[in-house]
Amino acid sequence: MEKTYYDPADLKKFGDITQLQPEMGNKFFDYYGEVFKEGALTAREKALIALAVSHAVQCPYCIDAYTSDCLQKGADENQMMEAVHVAAAIKGGAALVHGVQMMNKIKELTM
Amino acid sequence: MALSATSLHRQKHELSEPAYQLTVLQQGAQFPEFAAQLRQHNLYPLKPTGATILQVNVGKMCNQTCRHCHVDAGPDRKEIMTRETMQLCLDALVNSPEITTIDLTGGAPEMNPDFRWFVEELSKLGKQIIVRCNLTIILANKKYHDLPLFFKEHKVQVVSSLPYFAASRTDAQRGDGVFEKSIKALQLLNEVGFGKEGSGLQLDLVYNPSGAFLPAAQQALEAEFKRRLKAGFDIDFNNLFCITNLPISRYLEYLMQSGNYESYMEKLVDAFNPAAAASVMCRNTISVGWDGYLYDCDFNQMLELHVSPTAPQHIRDFNLAALNKRSIILNQHCYGCTAGAGSSCGGQTVA
Repeated sequence: MEKTYYDPADLKKFGDITQLQPEMGNKFFDYYGEVFKEGALTAREKALIALAVSHAVQCPYCIDAYTSDCLQKGADENQMMEAVHVAAAIKGGAALVHGVQMMNKIKELTM
Repeated sequence: MALSATSLHRQKHELSEPAYQLTVLQQGAQFPEFAAQLRQHNLYPLKPTGATILQVNVGKMCNQTCRHCHVDAGPDRKEIMTRETMQLCLDALVNSPEITTIDLTGGAPEMNPDFRWFVEELSKLGKQIIVRCNLTIILANKKYHDLPLFFKEHKVQVVSSLPYFAASRTDAQRGDGVFEKSIKALQLLNEVGFGKEGSGLQLDLVYNPSGAFLPAAQQALEAEFKRRLKAGFDIDFNNLFCITNLPISRYLEYLMQSGNYESYMEKLVDAFNPAAAASVMCRNTISVGWDGYLYDCDFNQMLELHVSPTAPQHIRDFNLAALNKRSIILNQHCYGCTAGAGSSCGGQTVA
């Protein structure tokens, strides 16, 4: 059998992390559940944010989970791809904005 | 995935056979038996709460061949209810004042040549009439163009499928060009007053997911549908009913072909909700097939799972008291009606 670091079946075992540290694990899942409840943002808006963040943190479990969740909550493909572009823009921007730091250093080190 | 223009029945596909579908559904040993789930929650045997709705399937003929259709309906299906069988339904209703609502489905019920006669006769009985109209039928032929006025005349509650507020997912499920025609038909229904505040003419939409996922919470999705249909097409409607796709017939074929069957069943089983199980529609509905045979629901009808042998089997022998004492026939597809917030022909069943 091919061995990989990620197994899609492991997503269903996420809750098992409470086995080794129940108190912190349970607090995390309570918090997680609270975060995704309908609030000032709709559940669909939160799913789209989660989808974008999943791409930014490059978590394959999260990408699977929030693609399904976005579809289920009625988001359309355009909204989902735009969310991914938001993540990409921030990731790209975060790299590029450090160009200013580089330019500062260039100035410092050159005549 | 391309839509096939022919039914599974016409293709002589193995999944057109109810017995084969049941074999597939029972293969997954990892999924607990549905009846056992009900037993755990003191709901077994599942008993009617008392039928108030008669759902009549007037035939499998349809102008569309939707990807998810549990009836395997289409233009090539010829099974339709005769006027004689409709008369038997009317006779049963005269003697059953407890049944207040008649829910007409198909296929496209309007394609039955005796459809209008049946609606007129039902209207004379003073029953609330629901017609499950696929929308495109209104534009399919000149003879159907006046359907909105006919529905208005008989105060029919129009319930229509629109799986999405954009063409992409609607057409993927229901066929190329269906979204555009559905929008036009909704505008025609709006024009005569359906879905308009104060008109007393009810227009409800049905949302079925276009894929291997469960429906969203009904209230949130209804708000989004209202916003998008109003802004994009100036369309008004009353309620959105979210209906879960049940793993039978063409939807089962889609699940198997796309490799989603097991994960979809897993989603349904994981989402089993005892409150939804207590509110399933088979407890207050009796389903009549095109040939007059009786079933617990339209899904059981398509799987040829007749009502319990202890109850009358055919509309000619209709006896509400006897039917209300029957035990409802269950199988693994029933997980579709008990997932999450529940699912019925009237949408989600629990808040």
